[in-house]
Amino acid sequence: MQASPPALSAHDLACRRGDRLLFRRLSFALEAGAACHVTGANGAGKTTLIRALAGLMTPCAGEVRRAGTLGLLDERSGLDPDLPLGRAMRFWADMDRLGFPALESCYDRLGLDSLLEVPVRYLSTGQKKRAALARLLGQRAQIWLLDEPLSGLDTASQSLVSKLVREHCGRGGIALIASHQPLDVPGMTSFAIEDYRPPLPEGWEDEADGERHTHAPSTPTQPPPQGGGA
Amino acid sequence: MLVQLLRRDLAQFFPFTGSGAALPVVFFVAVAMLFPFAVGPDANLLAKTGGGVVWIAALLAAILPLEKLVARDIDLGFFDQLKLRGMAEEATMAVRLIAHWLSFGPPLVLATFPAAALLKIEGESLQILLLGLLVGTPGLAAIGLMIAALTASLRAGAALSGLLLIPLALPILIFGAGALARSDPVSLGFVAAISLALVAIAPFAAGAAIRAAREN
Repeated sequence: MQASPPALSAHDLACRRGDRLLFRRLSFALEAGAACHVTGANGAGKTTLIRALAGLMTPCAGEVRRAGTLGLLDERSGLDPDLPLGRAMRFWADMDRLGFPALESCYDRLGLDSLLEVPVRYLSTGQKKRAALARLLGQRAQIWLLDEPLSGLDTASQSLVSKLVREHCGRGGIALIASHQPLDVPGMTSFAIEDYRPPLPEGWEDEADGERHTHAPSTPTQPPPQGGGA
Repeated sequence: MLVQLLRRDLAQFFPFTGSGAALPVVFFVAVAMLFPFAVGPDANLLAKTGGGVVWIAALLAAILPLEKLVARDIDLGFFDQLKLRGMAEEATMAVRLIAHWLSFGPPLVLATFPAAALLKIEGESLQILLLGLLVGTPGLAAIGLMIAALTASLRAGAALSGLLLIPLALPILIFGAGALARSDPVSLGFVAAISLALVAIAPFAAGAAIRAAREN
């Protein structure tokens, strides 16, 4: 499983949703131990990019090259809502051939011990996210694709996510994180998905900017999104 | 991995362990119970028409579990996670087909005994009916799975799947109930053949459908 070092790269990637071209000519290459932070406004195409990288969606142009096992964390936990958390987690641990002690330590890391009897649908957003993180940790995948891993988490858990990413990259893993919140991972590269947005035809209203302009002129211009424009 | 998936799917869909999964069987028996009330207790009439009623009840019972069959797990991101672990959609859907059939085929066959008693179906007719349901329900399960996968991403999917299943299930109904009317088990061969073809196609059709559902 840990045989060859992982790699993840995109070449001239373009994706669209419906009729709208979200981004084009997007290229990057990540090698073992690299972390990359993708920023972008809501609806800019972060999720679409992640799904294209995961091979769950075909990009309309370009290609994705992957080497290594893939783990995905998005807003959907994949845990059966009707089952107690412990049983729902056990299913994925079985799928990932994760032994019980290792699973226990995942619970421990994310503070899930007291929640194992609770049906998944009764968990709060943050608790579900932590469970999904534990599932990701247990998967022991080489490439992590994290879509908004910080949303819904409290500050302690947020810094834990940064820590998990640091450890993952320290072990030679690759992490690509789409988030509009900052992460504390040294050496992390970043790019903004807006940089790859196709130019709009003359006279078209820019959706993301348009909203900013329609505010009363008295309000100061909002600062650009965190970490934008690497 | 496939065994673990089958275990999970069965726990989801099997009567009494899954959430409200016993409903199709209860529905099936309820129809058989209502019928004598509606047409009267004439044993001859019941024996003559009862087999058809059982078949219709089976067909309608096959519609009930469709809503949860695929759409729920798409919303959950469940199939995405399986895909990342290298499991093809076709394999996922083949497992789901087995779990779906096991959760409503055999229970329906068992429920046919009380239903047959209510409808005065006995002896050879009962045998043909049981055999027919045994070979026909895999076909119904396969149609149901394909429809559930195809309509999973539609807003009115659940209502639509019922409407779609009925015409597609007609051949099974015609040959299955026809075997009963003419007391001729040979046409059960046709039911078996149709079922077999549907079962062979279903994992591929349903797999392609959930792949396509990801793209939008």
